[in-house]
Amino acid sequence: MESMERTSPALKTAQQPRADRLSRISWSQSQALGHAGSHIALFSVGILFFMPFFWLVSTSLKELDQIFTLPPIWIPDPLRWQNYPESLSYFPFLQQLRNTLVIAVSAVALTLISSALVAYSFSRLRWHGRDILFFAMLSTMMLPYQVTMVPLFIIFRQLGWINTLLPLIVPHAFGVPFFIFLLRQFFLSLPRDLDDAAIIDGCSELGVLWRVILPLSKPALATVALFQFLGSWNDFIGPLIYLNDPSKYTLSLGIQVFVSTVGVQWGWMMAVTTVLTVPVVALFFFTQRTFIQGIALTGIKG
Amino acid sequence: MTLGLSRQELRRLRVGLLFALPWIIGFLSFTVYPIIASFYYSLNVYTTFGQPLQWVGLSNYVKLLGQDDLFWISLYNTIYMVVFGVSFHIVLAIVLGLLLNQNLRGVSIYRTVYYLPTIVPIVATSVLWMWVFNPEFGLINSALSLLGIHGPGWLTDPVLSKPSMILMGIWTIGGTLVIFLAGLQDIPQHLFDAAMIDGAGALQRVRNVTLPMLSPVIFFNVIIGVIGGFQIFAQAFIMTNGGPLDTTLFYALYLYRNAFEYFKMPYASAMAWILFLVVMITTLIIFRSSARLVYYEGEER
Repeated sequence: MESMERTSPALKTAQQPRADRLSRISWSQSQALGHAGSHIALFSVGILFFMPFFWLVSTSLKELDQIFTLPPIWIPDPLRWQNYPESLSYFPFLQQLRNTLVIAVSAVALTLISSALVAYSFSRLRWHGRDILFFAMLSTMMLPYQVTMVPLFIIFRQLGWINTLLPLIVPHAFGVPFFIFLLRQFFLSLPRDLDDAAIIDGCSELGVLWRVILPLSKPALATVALFQFLGSWNDFIGPLIYLNDPSKYTLSLGIQVFVSTVGVQWGWMMAVTTVLTVPVVALFFFTQRTFIQGIALTGIKG
Repeated sequence: MTLGLSRQELRRLRVGLLFALPWIIGFLSFTVYPIIASFYYSLNVYTTFGQPLQWVGLSNYVKLLGQDDLFWISLYNTIYMVVFGVSFHIVLAIVLGLLLNQNLRGVSIYRTVYYLPTIVPIVATSVLWMWVFNPEFGLINSALSLLGIHGPGWLTDPVLSKPSMILMGIWTIGGTLVIFLAGLQDIPQHLFDAAMIDGAGALQRVRNVTLPMLSPVIFFNVIIGVIGGFQIFAQAFIMTNGGPLDTTLFYALYLYRNAFEYFKMPYASAMAWILFLVVMITTLIIFRSSARLVYYEGEER
């Protein structure tokens, strides 16, 4: 039915004489049948995707004897909330949360500033060699992390930055290619007349960026901030390489180390995993629109 | 020194470079220099860790390719994940994308549910799925036990360990799926209308309209998937630590061990360079072979 409505009126009238009533009915019936089938498929897959979340929270509230039992107990009874304070007291949770937030917030601020400057140069300024450098930047996005991993570690060790948060913060001051690309795409969609008018009014390039481009780019900047925050919060390999003292760990690393030492305490393990997951899930629900905009921006054509 | 540029052009060049300077500095010091340094390290060995390097030419490479069984095992495991993981992932994402790209009620709820797992931290995903795959009391085998089936050992079974990780990867299919959805929505409706008037059935429309029009997006996702697949690390590090019997010892994990557990950084650098070449050659091959398969609108064929 719906796809009929989407066809143009001209097309409909053109179709009319050809389609007799009978075949129209059977066609829409098969369409309805197809829709029902799609719903069943989508719903079943949806349940499968949702189940691990349910299993996570359910286990995090179980007593040990309810965890190790068959048939499985889906809703724990009683709810054992103590799994949370007990597991979190086993490692410097608050300190690690603070480290994570310090890294994430600094990385967001640095990424926004540096990536906006570079994206502005790659989109609104015309200069010789710009497109070559932009192409070079795009190719670095395909470079496997492992290729630069060892020399970067050696650089940061020479700087005395190992076991500090700096290697996880400072590189963001030099622009993040993925975000530069994303902001560039957005800047290109803004009308050029705005820049020209501001320049004629005596604005410098920096003034154009600050007063004209950035105020119009709030949705794109919000997307960058969100993705960078998630990136820092979720990062595992960076902290694993650079941090080696539990009081310096981020939450991801701290929880991985905790989990690897508690054996079969699945209630605790699921409790800390829930603690690591809930903030990003909450953030996702509060910022769904920003997410969708961001995905539309990165939906690269061709 | 004016490079044949006018004063106006020189000024523009100066300003342009100035704004791009953060990335240029970062590019030189965090990408270009490390790539070169990595190659230099790979031609050396440590006498002891942290001590000056000793030049050994290509012997790290000779050792890797000629004497190191774990190198070949890890390369095989990784290629297995790239080939089977990526193809399964892409096919399933297209199918789900086609299902979601209909005017159905509640599609936005499905989209949210499918996308949600992709934002979960990899540590949380891995720990959660260790429990989902638990042979005795995990989610999957618990559910199977309700049907009277005694489930397999999943991650502890050498045959199933890699397929299990591919299965877990499906849970985070949402990122790929959303890109496909955007691509599907870009296909002009009039093409479907024309095909319908020509009497094309649903399957024919998918084969002759949807897939050709979607091919650039498929191509993009394959490239991203392959490059990502070669770097698979955290799942294996957290869930199996390479086991059982080295069946999940992936290339990046073995490289990490050499660099940060055995402190053989020059050896790891040689591995990094081989990875670099393998990824580059694979990407080139995909680019080449895609020329005939990918359809770009407005392009002469």
